[in-house]
Amino acid sequence: MYRYDTYDQAMVDARVEEFRDQCRRRLEGKLTEDQFKPLRLMNGLYLQLHAYMLRVAVPYGTLSGDQMRALADIAEKYDRGYGHFTTRQNIQYNWIKLEDAGDILADLASVEMHAIQTSGNCIRNISSDHFAGAAADEVVDPRPYAELLRQWSSFHPEFAYLPRKFKIAVIASKTDRAAMKLHDIGIRIVERANEDGGAELGASFYVGGGMGRTPMIAPCINEFVPLDRLITYAEACLRVYNRHGRRDNKYKARIKILVHELGAEEYTRQVEAEYAHLLDQGVEPPFAELERIRTFFADPEFRAAEEASASGEPAETASEPAFRRWVQRNTNPHKAPGYVSAVISLKPVGGIPGDATAEQMRLMADLAERYGFDELRVMHTQNIVLPHVHKSDLPAVWRALDGAGLSTPNLDQIGDIIACPGLDYCSLANARSIPVAQKISERFEASGKGEALGELKLKISGCINACGHHHAGHIGILGVDRKGVENYQLSLGGSEAEDTALAKITGPGFSEDGIVDAVETAADVYLRERTEGERFLDTYRRIGMTPFKEALYD
Amino acid sequence: MRILTGNDLKTGAVTWWTGSDWSLHVEDAIDVTGKEDEIARREESARRVNVPYVIDAELEGGSPRPAHIKDRVRALGPTVRPDLTLKPADPDIGKWVI
Repeated sequence: MYRYDTYDQAMVDARVEEFRDQCRRRLEGKLTEDQFKPLRLMNGLYLQLHAYMLRVAVPYGTLSGDQMRALADIAEKYDRGYGHFTTRQNIQYNWIKLEDAGDILADLASVEMHAIQTSGNCIRNISSDHFAGAAADEVVDPRPYAELLRQWSSFHPEFAYLPRKFKIAVIASKTDRAAMKLHDIGIRIVERANEDGGAELGASFYVGGGMGRTPMIAPCINEFVPLDRLITYAEACLRVYNRHGRRDNKYKARIKILVHELGAEEYTRQVEAEYAHLLDQGVEPPFAELERIRTFFADPEFRAAEEASASGEPAETASEPAFRRWVQRNTNPHKAPGYVSAVISLKPVGGIPGDATAEQMRLMADLAERYGFDELRVMHTQNIVLPHVHKSDLPAVWRALDGAGLSTPNLDQIGDIIACPGLDYCSLANARSIPVAQKISERFEASGKGEALGELKLKISGCINACGHHHAGHIGILGVDRKGVENYQLSLGGSEAEDTALAKITGPGFSEDGIVDAVETAADVYLRERTEGERFLDTYRRIGMTPFKEALYD
Repeated sequence: MRILTGNDLKTGAVTWWTGSDWSLHVEDAIDVTGKEDEIARREESARRVNVPYVIDAELEGGSPRPAHIKDRVRALGPTVRPDLTLKPADPDIGKWVI
């Protein structure tokens, strides 16, 4: 994985000292809250419902064992012993003291991490496929390009005050595991035949997607940008947005509104004109920099497929039903023979989606170091991945996870719920998300229907900002405030995968308990109506909304 | 009644105006109707509180109960982590919020 050079480290260290001084001045009363707020937000420090909240960037979701261990130490030393992994592959701490903020950022900097640009109207953390560098279906590892974009967008002076926040995702496979088309810019690295009969790589640009109060799927504005022009094209996209994006109304300030109002064709025309202008301006980093970055993402030295484990785990473990179920559900095919990517579920039945204790983080760090080439990934679905695990080591990995409450075999099932912090933590929320997630996972565990339902992605947001991706859930739930009482709207048919779709609202909302019943009712319609091999989403697309509405409201 | 709340500048903790100081416990809050702006201005400039604001509340069993659920969650802590609330030993405290 990427390691900081002296420039990276110097920039982050300088920012730590700058923010430490700003915090000191705030505490001494030399800065008002109005003056301080934009400064703290630039460093990921929010004031939330109960305390300050710090959002730490995990670039494209990649972490080393040491970094995960540092996150655990921060949770224990400065917070309340846990952290919350988010839908943008970051981690948040909910109980931060302002007087500790400088020390926390210094601790992060010591392991090449920071909280810069995790808030504010700037380019946020670049997200990517959590199986990048491991997936059997990718054309190339997208992370070197994500890293190049990270370096370009960090402290970019022209894009520090955009009309609104800006999110970029990069993938390199047809299967979309990063909700790419629901980002301000989604980039898919693609392969095409060239004139010499060989193949060349380029980038498809999807611009103007997003969730929030006005969900939109990004149109493709350029199917093939040469990779040695990636940054120049991205800069052109940003420049047109920065020039014309609305600053008079924050609800219409995202790039999706600009692309929608201009029309994709006109926006593209302007981007192409800007791109042509930029081509000889020296925007693109030297190719040598990309080559330097690539060296950090070289494949580890994979063992032979048939090699046995040295873990010492008894052979009988491999035949345990619980282990076999976990392998079947929570592992993903790997490009290297004999390997898989193993998903560590942060969704125990009745648990809080995305939360991990310091002890659990340390265990995951240990497992990464012992069995996973010292790599971990944060998924946007709020789970953690060990991207490179030899199959012979899986019993030992599972045994350790099982002992720590991290072996729930529910990847992409109804218990694998995305839920934002909601009204339990977030000052923007209108309703609580987490209790609904807990009740749904408990309901389906008790009924035993979870396994029968197969792939069913359920996503819950506590307000219209849609941090819980409810627009993209096969089943989506949006919490609203109805005269001071929590109420929950049900949506069906969304997807954030390669078949991206926006969910449609079923009808009037439900109470907290009513929404749990409603989800079960919708699941029962699927179980009744499905044909062989159909997922919930497939059945919904085939039969439409009517049978679900009839079951829910008649 | 109207009660004054904010966050402690140093710790970010939710606090409530008691008439002479700030308390972590909403039960200690007093009615500030008519005096909220003056108190908020004075206390913020003294850096004893961050972004104070006034909310509606009702007296319930002699103690103020914020009128809106968001303020009740602020007053208690996350309903999904009773161990982190101000009343971790009370198994029914979540009902006070809802």
